[in-house]
Amino acid sequence: MTFLILAVIVLFVIAGVRVMSIAALSAELRNRRQDDVVTDAENRNQGNFWALFVIGLFAFFAWQLYTYKDKLLPEAASAHGPKIDMLFNVTMALITIVFIGTHIVLAYQAYKHAGYKGKKAVYFAHSNKLEMIWTVIPAVVLTGLIAYGLTVWNEVIYPGAKEATVIELYSKQFDWTARYAGKDNVLGRSDYRSIGEGNDLGMLEDGKGDDDIIVKGEFHIVKDKPVLFKFRSRDVIHSAYMPHFRAQMNCVPGMETTFEFTPTITTAEMRQKLGNDKFNYVLLCNKICGAAHYNMQMDIIVETQEEHNKWLAEQKTWAQVRQPKTQTAEISNTPNTAPASGVDM
Amino acid sequence: MSAMEPNHPHSESDVQAVVAGHAHAHAHDEDEHHHEETFITKYIFTQDHKMIAKQFLITAVFMGVIAMLMSVVFRLQLAWPGKSFPVLEAVLGKWAPGGVLDPNFYLALVTIHGTIMVFFVLTGGLSGTFSNLLIPLQLGARDMASGFLNMLSYWFFFASSTVMLFSVFIESGPASGGWTVYPPLSALEQAMPGSGLGMTLWLVSMSLFIVSSLLGSLNYIVTILNLRTKGMSMTRMPLTIWAFLVTAILGVLSFPVLFAAALLLIFDRSFGTSFYLSDIYIGGQALEHNGGSPILYEHLFWFLGHPEVYIVLLPALGITSEVIATNSRKPIFGYRAMIASILGIAFLSFIVWGHHMFITGMNPFLGSVFVFTTLLIAIPSAVKAFNYITTLWKGNIQFTPAMLFAIGLVSFFITGGVTGLILGDSALDINLHDTYFVVAHFHLVMGSATIFGMFSGVYHWFPKLFGKLMNKKMGYVHFWLTFIGAYGVFFPMHFLGMAGVPRRYYSNTEFPIFDNLVDINVMVTWFAILAATAQIIFLLNFFYSIFKGQKASQNPWKSNTLEWTTPVEHIHGNWPGAIPEVHRWAYDYSKPGMPDDFVSQTVPLTPEEEKEGAH
Repeated sequence: MTFLILAVIVLFVIAGVRVMSIAALSAELRNRRQDDVVTDAENRNQGNFWALFVIGLFAFFAWQLYTYKDKLLPEAASAHGPKIDMLFNVTMALITIVFIGTHIVLAYQAYKHAGYKGKKAVYFAHSNKLEMIWTVIPAVVLTGLIAYGLTVWNEVIYPGAKEATVIELYSKQFDWTARYAGKDNVLGRSDYRSIGEGNDLGMLEDGKGDDDIIVKGEFHIVKDKPVLFKFRSRDVIHSAYMPHFRAQMNCVPGMETTFEFTPTITTAEMRQKLGNDKFNYVLLCNKICGAAHYNMQMDIIVETQEEHNKWLAEQKTWAQVRQPKTQTAEISNTPNTAPASGVDM
Repeated sequence: MSAMEPNHPHSESDVQAVVAGHAHAHAHDEDEHHHEETFITKYIFTQDHKMIAKQFLITAVFMGVIAMLMSVVFRLQLAWPGKSFPVLEAVLGKWAPGGVLDPNFYLALVTIHGTIMVFFVLTGGLSGTFSNLLIPLQLGARDMASGFLNMLSYWFFFASSTVMLFSVFIESGPASGGWTVYPPLSALEQAMPGSGLGMTLWLVSMSLFIVSSLLGSLNYIVTILNLRTKGMSMTRMPLTIWAFLVTAILGVLSFPVLFAAALLLIFDRSFGTSFYLSDIYIGGQALEHNGGSPILYEHLFWFLGHPEVYIVLLPALGITSEVIATNSRKPIFGYRAMIASILGIAFLSFIVWGHHMFITGMNPFLGSVFVFTTLLIAIPSAVKAFNYITTLWKGNIQFTPAMLFAIGLVSFFITGGVTGLILGDSALDINLHDTYFVVAHFHLVMGSATIFGMFSGVYHWFPKLFGKLMNKKMGYVHFWLTFIGAYGVFFPMHFLGMAGVPRRYYSNTEFPIFDNLVDINVMVTWFAILAATAQIIFLLNFFYSIFKGQKASQNPWKSNTLEWTTPVEHIHGNWPGAIPEVHRWAYDYSKPGMPDDFVSQTVPLTPEEEKEGAH
């Protein structure tokens, strides 16, 4: 097989060279040696091609805008999301104008000023006025854009919510674990050296973690209630990307990162909007992390407070699931401990 | 040595000294050049800048073909995930069992494709070829300041390329952590197979590459500052040379930082240090490394990484300036503004690296600072784009293939550049970071634009490299297919990114939200195949023309710069007689009152011109 491929390549090259030498010979026979200079006809053609190409490029752009508009991310499902989307749309409108405007001018120059014999180009070497125009105008526009962008950035990154629910998103090759801070809204401490069978997150026995709730597969959050995510990683850098909420933050081993947002549309509502009763919000990994990077995910369910309370009540606390050997005084209080696998899938 | 002095043609001893950089130089006669050159000193361990330029070019073409084929292979997987292509198994063996690409090897291909394209083609290939060819020729120098360093620069590049290619064939596979090779993924063998020997070879190869780049850059800087011929003041230099000078300075300032990053990574990998590692539990084991931070690596990497974008792009822009002016038969518009914008871009490029790290957990205030500096780069970039367009205005445009590629570069530079305003805005980066929007952005503005600059240079200076012309018609076909192919590949990727598709995903099939995007990936792959096929036309044209192309005349494009005053046949020392003296800038095209529409830099100013105060 390899030999066959090699043979095909070699034959292809030989054929190509033959075709070229035949072309060169026939050109010579017809006494039309290829000239250094471009002919007038060629210039005219290429000028026309440029005009056609740019028209085609615009058509391609328009076709994509039209065809893909339903395939893009739906309406943002977080409180800060619309602000980001607005900034995106404003910037996009601006750069689309620049893209289209400059390309029209570019193609027009190529079309209009295609050379021919005897044509005299205009000797026009500099103009401080023009340079000033295209320095000052971009500078002014950019100042506005920077100011707008930084305003949004500050609002998104320092949301200033008083009472956010704390949830830890813990990443490892190649899955996610969510940990709720429980009744005290304080996450129990952990250390990577305590990781072991039945203790995937390396929880320490400081008591604060006993009410923590650890879940896999999917996690639930409450509509209109701010959530403060704390991200950790056990092995390599991952990135917690929740595209529908316009939220992303890297998970870096050795440090804790955070991101806070308020979901605004429940899963049920979004399913209705999209007419897709299988739709789910997702958390995915967006920093290359190894072979199964492309399938490191967790579902996110946004629900009402009542639904959430009900769901939460069904979950086991850390005190209930941890293995007997790591337990001390509570053993007698919780006879029905979980099996060795620790957390539920 | 006396080569450090300004090089005046009238001073015979200086001329001798420059040529004496060649080990075999002996009693040297200006008019006779019959050195006893063996095959080895002429073609292999040569110290002649023109031959070294060719060595760089051909090595880069070879590397480019490999990197491009890799991209076709992973595009097949992205368009038709899980489909069996028996040909893949035949070529890749165990990396494509049953004709389906292995996920680890997919990541390896993405990584090596990026590494080769960024470093070996667009950095080494572009600067190595055109800085070497044009710096002495356009400045009126007999050769580089140090022919020996120049030779070393190529051979380090060659060794580096060899190690990188070799790493593809080892059992555990080449480096696979993405071309940025962030630790801990790249530091720990347990994290992925490619982080074993493959990663070691990657680091060795890059270290050699950095040596090559530094030797080359120092040589370029010294040559430009010291070996300009009489009359070639800094403000008479062609913009190509300005671009090469600033590129070399960027390289000298930033590549050592990458070397530091690589060195610390080597320590972490092999000697148990913890510069980048902390709190890691992997492979069923808690590691002893403690106290380091992967963020440190990101800072060091991007301190090179961002200037690197301009190390890649600036030479392409310099080539474009030259080609557009020559073929519009007009002076480049705003020569001094072009120099100022090159310097402005170069300065800013050192203070924007943090825009790659908005969501790494870096202090959000720092993020704000980097937003500010990043968006500022749009100003000098806009100046350049508008100046190119104005240069075309009312020109007598000669559409040589080089000219088409140069205008193509301007198009890509704008299309890819404007989306930088989105990605450089930290608030927007939150949702677009590491998606296909980024892939689209940098492939257009850095990948496509630069490779078009390189093609433009190859077509334009082919007569200077090989004394032959490339076939024009094939050049046209090559250009249009590549241009259409590149836009077809990278434009739709913006939409994939806006739909939230992450880059470096082996397949999107695991996420129902991406199910309706399969069509886009199929279309992109077809365009990639088209663009790749078009390169066969280029390769045929290139190699055929080297041997059997039509012989070029001395100044085929009627250009002003000094390289076109040298004989078509390469000679040692470039000019048979005294080296030329320069009397004017490089852009007197279609100057009123002149007999031709071009005036070589060697033509003295006319009395009228002197009265007007021409420079």
